[in-house]
Amino acid sequence: MVLALLKYGLSRRYPVREEIPRTPDLKKHYDVVIIGGGGHGVSLAYYLATKHGITDIAILEKGYLGGGNTARNTTVIRSNYITSQSIKFYAASMRLYENLANELDYNLMYSRRGQLTLSHSDGVSRALRLRADSGTFLGERNEILDRQQIKELVPSLNLDIEGRPILKGLWHPDAATARHDAVAWGYAIRACDRGVELHQKTQVTGLTLDKNKVTEVQTNRGNVSAGAVVQCVAGHSSVVAGMVGLRLPIRSFPLQAMVTHPVKPFLDPMVSSTALHCYISQSARGELVIGGGSDPYELYNTRSTLDMKESLAASALEMFPFIGDLKILRQWAGITDMTPDYSPVMGRSPLANYWLDAGWGTWGFKSTPASGIYLAQAIAEDRVPEMIRPFRLDRFETFDLVNEMGATAASH
Amino acid sequence: MKLMACPLNGPRNISEFICHGEFHNQPVPENTSDKDWADYVWLADNAAGVVREWWCHTPTNYWFIAERNTMTDEILRTYPSDDLGQSKETRS
Ligand SMILES: Cc1cc2nc3c(=O)[nH]c(=O)nc-3n(C[C@H](O)[C@H](O)[C@H](O)COP(=O)(O)OP(=O)(O)OC[C@H]3O[C@@H](n4cnc5c(N)ncnc54)[C@H](O)[C@@H]3O)c2cc1C
Repeated sequence: MVLALLKYGLSRRYPVREEIPRTPDLKKHYDVVIIGGGGHGVSLAYYLATKHGITDIAILEKGYLGGGNTARNTTVIRSNYITSQSIKFYAASMRLYENLANELDYNLMYSRRGQLTLSHSDGVSRALRLRADSGTFLGERNEILDRQQIKELVPSLNLDIEGRPILKGLWHPDAATARHDAVAWGYAIRACDRGVELHQKTQVTGLTLDKNKVTEVQTNRGNVSAGAVVQCVAGHSSVVAGMVGLRLPIRSFPLQAMVTHPVKPFLDPMVSSTALHCYISQSARGELVIGGGSDPYELYNTRSTLDMKESLAASALEMFPFIGDLKILRQWAGITDMTPDYSPVMGRSPLANYWLDAGWGTWGFKSTPASGIYLAQAIAEDRVPEMIRPFRLDRFETFDLVNEMGATAASH
Repeated sequence: MKLMACPLNGPRNISEFICHGEFHNQPVPENTSDKDWADYVWLADNAAGVVREWWCHTPTNYWFIAERNTMTDEILRTYPSDDLGQSKETRS
């Protein structure tokens, strides 16, 4: 056995294959340059290559593949929003996710476990009813549960939270989680299989403009020109847009989350409380994943705060008092690009060959497949598809907002 | 606990304050186009670096200006809005 191991270790075929190719040299020109190698950047590259035959693409990532918010989110995938524009878009993303592991031939650990959103007041119960009906009207599965039904669904939940008894729940059976890193890896591997170049440790430092066009992308590894340039940089959206003199309706806030050490499975659905600003799910490893609302003020810094951890722990304990003995295993933060209406900003910019994929705030993991597929179509056909037109940048000029504040706040 | 120096109340726990966003001069509605007004309402510099913002100490409802570094999470200066004086930036 020792010999076999040695032989295997020294063999030229080990490791079996390098799934993500090493960063190549930068060429002088690409048809499309994508700034940001998170889930959105690689998904866009994958659909440009597979659906539109555009493979002369460079993805420029300042750190490593999927090391931004893609690796930091709590992986809630759902479609129970309130406006028809959002419900259609996020439902399309869920449908893509459901078949994605097969399509990419890569295990994404997609797990449909349902999401229960709790209401602690009559006002919120009415809002949940509206969300349920809006979703049902568009063919999505949603249901309002009473206390008895909630008890049956999540027997471990404390229904009688002091001062905030749980009144109703919005049950969304198709909500799911997936392994976030694997989503970035799967898309990247399959895009690179088709000739897309992923350039890690390649930071975009400036963009050269000639009139209404971006002519050159400046990086720490040299400059490249491109037919089209797309920014998919989440928390750094305003910084990169600033390189072409664009101001966005975006403010960057840290969002913190944490996990406990693993315990036996007891919590199948994801549970989210609007009033407590807290949501919990149990990962496949048994860890409790606990998240909440954004930090109270803007920062480009992923430091964590005890205040936020204390308030998350306090809220989690209200819902599940018996978890008081669990220890926090890891905690972290990401920088989220928040918009005034909690909807993305995607599609054209005022420049001719510059495209935006921004404003994904705390809701962009679930959107990874749909943002990629529809933006790829927009760029390839130079025509923005109906599905994502509501999210255009100039909706703010006409006060035509897509307000998802209530349907997003603590649930992502 | 992170402290913020309130110009009125001295150093207090930052949880007593609310940030109300970037300081911008309000354009005069009568001479402003719809587009410029919409930009004023919605757009932000969202700078990575030193920013100048409106903050409020909520228990006393005292509004003031703070300068912070959004990369390092340092509060550089806090002062009453009267002190903005001539240095007011104009942006429409
Ligand atoms: C704690 C937390 C929990 C969340 N929970 C959920 C959830 O449950 N469900 C959900 O749907 N969403 C959630 N989100 C939001 C979600 O994570 C993001 O919206 C999504 O991952 C955005 O993907 P992206 O590819 O656009 O961004 P990212 O993954 O952040 O990728 C952007 C990349 O751009 C790179 N970059 C930045 N500037 C430059 C530059 N100048 N040059 C080159 N590269 C650059 C960065 O290094 C980064 O890798 C959560 C976010 C956080 C932080």
